[in-house]
Amino acid sequence: MSSETVLHGQTAEASVNAHEGHDEHGHHHHEESFLTKYIFSQDHKMIAKQFLITGIIWAIIGGLFSVLFRLQLGYPDTSFPFLEDIFGRWAKGGRISNEFYYALVTMHGTILVFFVLTAGLSGTFANFLIPLQIGARDMASGFLNMLSYWFFFLASVVMFASLFIQTGPAAGGWTIYPPLSALGQASEGSKLGMDFWLISMALFIVSSLLGGLNYITTILNLRTKGMSMTRMPLTMWAIFFTAVLGVLSFPVLLSGAVLLLFDRNLGTSFYLSEIVVKGEILPNEGGSAILFQHLFWFLGHPEVYIILLPAMGMVSEILSVNSRKPIFGYLAMVGSLFAITILAFLVWAHHMFVTGLNPFLGAFFVLLTLLIAVPSAIKVFNWLTTLWRGNIRLTPAMLFAIGFVSLFISGGLTGIFLGNSTLDLHLHDTYFVVAHFHIVMGVASFFGMFAGVYHWFPKMYSRYLNNTMGYIHFWVTLIGAYLIFWPMHYQGLAGLPRRYTDFSNWQSFNQFADMNRFISTVAMIVFAVQLLFVFNFFYSIFKGRKVQNTNPWGSNTLEWTTPITPGHGNWPGELPEVHRWAYDYGKDGREFISQVEPVGADESAH
Amino acid sequence: MSGYFILAILVLAFLVVFQISKASEYVSVLKGEEKTFKQSNRINAFMFLAFLVVGLIAAWFCNETYYGKTLMAQPAASEHGEKIDFMLKLTFAVTGVVFLLTQILLFWFAFKYQYTDKRKAYFFSHDNKLELIWTVVPAIFLTVLVGFGLFYWFKITGDAPKDSQVVEITGKQFNWMMRYPGKDNVLGRKNYRLTDAANGNALGVDWEDGASHDDIEATEMHLVVNKPVQLVINAQDVIHDVGLVHFRLKMDAVPGIPTTLWFTPKYTTAKMKEITGNKDFVYEISCDQVCGTGHYSMRGVIIVETQAEYDAWMTSKKPQYVTVKEVAEPKVAVDTTGAATVQTTQKPLAQLK
Repeated sequence: MSSETVLHGQTAEASVNAHEGHDEHGHHHHEESFLTKYIFSQDHKMIAKQFLITGIIWAIIGGLFSVLFRLQLGYPDTSFPFLEDIFGRWAKGGRISNEFYYALVTMHGTILVFFVLTAGLSGTFANFLIPLQIGARDMASGFLNMLSYWFFFLASVVMFASLFIQTGPAAGGWTIYPPLSALGQASEGSKLGMDFWLISMALFIVSSLLGGLNYITTILNLRTKGMSMTRMPLTMWAIFFTAVLGVLSFPVLLSGAVLLLFDRNLGTSFYLSEIVVKGEILPNEGGSAILFQHLFWFLGHPEVYIILLPAMGMVSEILSVNSRKPIFGYLAMVGSLFAITILAFLVWAHHMFVTGLNPFLGAFFVLLTLLIAVPSAIKVFNWLTTLWRGNIRLTPAMLFAIGFVSLFISGGLTGIFLGNSTLDLHLHDTYFVVAHFHIVMGVASFFGMFAGVYHWFPKMYSRYLNNTMGYIHFWVTLIGAYLIFWPMHYQGLAGLPRRYTDFSNWQSFNQFADMNRFISTVAMIVFAVQLLFVFNFFYSIFKGRKVQNTNPWGSNTLEWTTPITPGHGNWPGELPEVHRWAYDYGKDGREFISQVEPVGADESAH
Repeated sequence: MSGYFILAILVLAFLVVFQISKASEYVSVLKGEEKTFKQSNRINAFMFLAFLVVGLIAAWFCNETYYGKTLMAQPAASEHGEKIDFMLKLTFAVTGVVFLLTQILLFWFAFKYQYTDKRKAYFFSHDNKLELIWTVVPAIFLTVLVGFGLFYWFKITGDAPKDSQVVEITGKQFNWMMRYPGKDNVLGRKNYRLTDAANGNALGVDWEDGASHDDIEATEMHLVVNKPVQLVINAQDVIHDVGLVHFRLKMDAVPGIPTTLWFTPKYTTAKMKEITGNKDFVYEISCDQVCGTGHYSMRGVIIVETQAEYDAWMTSKKPQYVTVKEVAEPKVAVDTTGAATVQTTQKPLAQLK
C-alpha cells in the first residue's frame, strides 16, 4: 500500500522541508467562488481534472459502444430483448440493426481516438504536469487554457447530441471518407449526424490548438531557474513534441472537415466526382475522393503519435522512478521522440497504399514508415535497460508502465507488416489492422494513461487510489487485452475484413464464430473491470487513504516539492531552483536526489 | 429476468471486490505498510513471470487451434500472392525473434529485479556503444525487409503483361458488376450521366461508342486459369474495395478515379476445392472499404476455369447492347430514324458470331 511512503519517504521529507509549512497562506489570496474554482477555473490543475473526468465519462460511453457491437459479433444469432428496451428501433427484436452497428463502430473510434486518448490523455497530463514539472506557477495563458477545456466541452456536447438524432450519429467509420460521408442518400449516418460530427470536430480542433499553443509556449518560456531543456523530465519532452504535432497537423484536418461541410451543404465538389447514388445522377464533377484521405491522414497519422507520445513520456518517467534507476539513454530517448515526431509527418500515405496511389510514391512511404521502427526500437531497448539491475517497486503505476512496454512491442512489431506495402495489399482493412492499432495505440496508450493516473493521483487529490483494486484492474486488463487482440491477428491472416456486422454469408470468413464469442465475452469482462477502476477513482477522491508525505514515490521531479495539496500558483514561496537533471536515482549510493538539490562538491559526474 | 440476475451478480461481485480491497488497505496499515508492500511486490513480480510462461503457452495453443483456419494454411491462388506469402513468412521470422527476445527480457527483468532490501539499483545512465548497436541492428533488418518489400511491390504494381485479359469491375451499394470487352478487346466508353439501370444501362455505357457494342456484362467474374488478368476498377456511389483474399490482393474502387490491378490466377475453382478440401470453396470478392449499412454483404464471386470452360461461358452471353436494343425494338419500329442505328450497330454482333 503506501509502504512506499514509509520506505522511501524519509529522505524526501528532508530535501523538501524547506518549502513546507505555508500551505494555505501563499500570495494567492483572492476569494474563489465555486464557479471560478471548479467550473470556470483557470488553474491548470483544475483544468487537468476537468479534462480527465470528461475523458473518463467519454471512455465509459466509447467502451460501452464496443461492448454493444461485440455482442452482435460474438452472438449474431442471439436476441437480447433488453437492447430493444433501451435502444428501440435501433435494436429491433433484440438485435443490433446494421445502421446501429455502423454508428456504434464509428462513434467508438471517434470517441476513443479524439475525446479520450487525445483530450483525456494529453489534456489531462499536459495541463497537470507542465507547470508542476518545469516549475511554473501556471500555464502561459490560464484563460486560453480554460477556453481549451470549454471548447472541448462544447465539442463533447455536440457529439453527444448527435447520438440522439433520429437518423443517428455519423456511421461511415471514424475516418469518415467521402463520398460516403458526403452523401446523405448513401447512408442514414451521413445525414444530420455527419454535420454534427464535423462541427464537433471543428470545435475539438480549436480546443486542441488552444491547448497545444499554450503547452508549447509554457514549456519554452516558463521553465524555472536552472531548468534547461535537457534537464526536463521525459514527460515534458513527450508532451512538448505532442503539442508540436497537434499544432501542425490538426489545422489540416480542420480544412478537410470544412471542405467536407461545403460539399455536403453548399454544393461544392471538392471530394465528389461522377457519382450515381441509388440511381440518382449527381452533377458534381472534377473532385477527388482521395484528396480527403490525404488531408485526413496528414492529421490522422500524427494523431497516432499525439496519442502515443504522452504515454511514452509518462512510462519513461514511471519506469525510472520505480526501478530506482536513471532512465537509460536520456538523450537517445529525447532524440527518438524527436525522430518519431518528424517521421510522423512523412508517413501518412501508408494508410492509402491500396487507394490507387502511385506505386513509386508508395515506395517512399514504405521506407519512411519502416524507419519509425528504428527510434521505436531504441525506446524499447532503453526501457528494458532501465529495468535491468534496478530495484523494482511494482506499484500499480509501475505495473501499467511495464504492461505498456509489452503492448508497445507486440503492436509495434505488427506495424512492420502493415507498413510494408506488399503485405498491406493482403492485410489492409482486415482484422490484422484492428488488432495492430488497438494494441499499439489503443490499449498501450490507455496503459500509459492508467500509469499516469495511478502515479499522479496522490498529487491531484492528496489521496491514494486503492492498491488492491489497482492490481486487479491491471492484471485483468493486461490478460484481457491479449486475449482479445492476439487471436484477432489470426482473423486478419484469414483475410476477415473490418467493419462487417456478420460473416455468416461468406465461405471464406465464417470459420471464427467460436473465437468471436470468446473475444466478446472477454471484452465484457475487461469493460466491467474498467468500471471498477472508475469506481476506485471516484471513491478515492473522497475516501482514499490520505497522502502524508510530500514525496510518496521518492521522486526527483519538481511536482513533489510542492505542498501535498498545492494551491493556485503551486509553490507557496519562491519557485524552486533546479540544479540537475531529473534522473539521479541510485547515484553515489543515494536512493534519489531531487532536482532542487545543488550538485555536491564530491559528487561523481554522470 | 436473466438480465436482472446477471446485473445482480455483477453488483454483488463489485461489492465483494470493493470490500476485500478496502479491508486489505486496513490490514496493510495494521500490519505495517512496509511488510504489505513487500508481499504484494513479490506477488506481482511472480505474476509477471507466470504471465510470460502461460502467455507463451497460450500463444502456442492459439496458433495450434487457428493456424489451419487462416490463409497461411493454403497456397496463394496467384503468383503475386505467393510473393506476398513469402514476405509474410519472412517478416514473421524477423519480428518473431525480436518479439520473443524483448518480451522475455521485459518480464524476466520485472521478476528478477523486484525490490529487495539487499540490492542497490545500479546507476547506469547511458552507454553509447550499446545504443549504437540497437540502432544499427534493427536498421539493417529493416533494410532487408524494405528491400524485399519494394522489390515485390514494384513487381506487383508494375504493368500488366500485354496478353492480359481485361475485366472491368464496378462497385455500387451493395454489389459488384462486371464488364468484358468482347471480341475487340476494348471496353466501350462510359459516361456516368447515361447511367440508367431501369433501361439496361446500369454502368452508364455510352452506346455511341462502337467499341461498347460487343461488351458483355455479368454479375460473376469468370477468369481463365494461368492467364493474366487486369482488373479495371470503378465505383459509382462511394468508395468500395475489391478484396481478393485468395489472391492476397486488394484495390480500392473510387468514384471518378478508375484504378487497376493485375494478377495471374493459378488454380481453377475446382482445383481449389481439392486443395482446401472444402467442396463449397468459392473465390469471393469482399468489399474491404466501409461503404454503408450493407457493406458486410457486398459479395462477389469469381470463377476460375479452363480456357474451354471460359469460352463456353462467354459464347452463352449476349452483349448488353444487343439485349438493350432487343428490348427497345418495338419502339424502334415506330421510330423510323432509329431503325438505321440498329442496323449499323448490328455489325459488331455479327463479328462476335
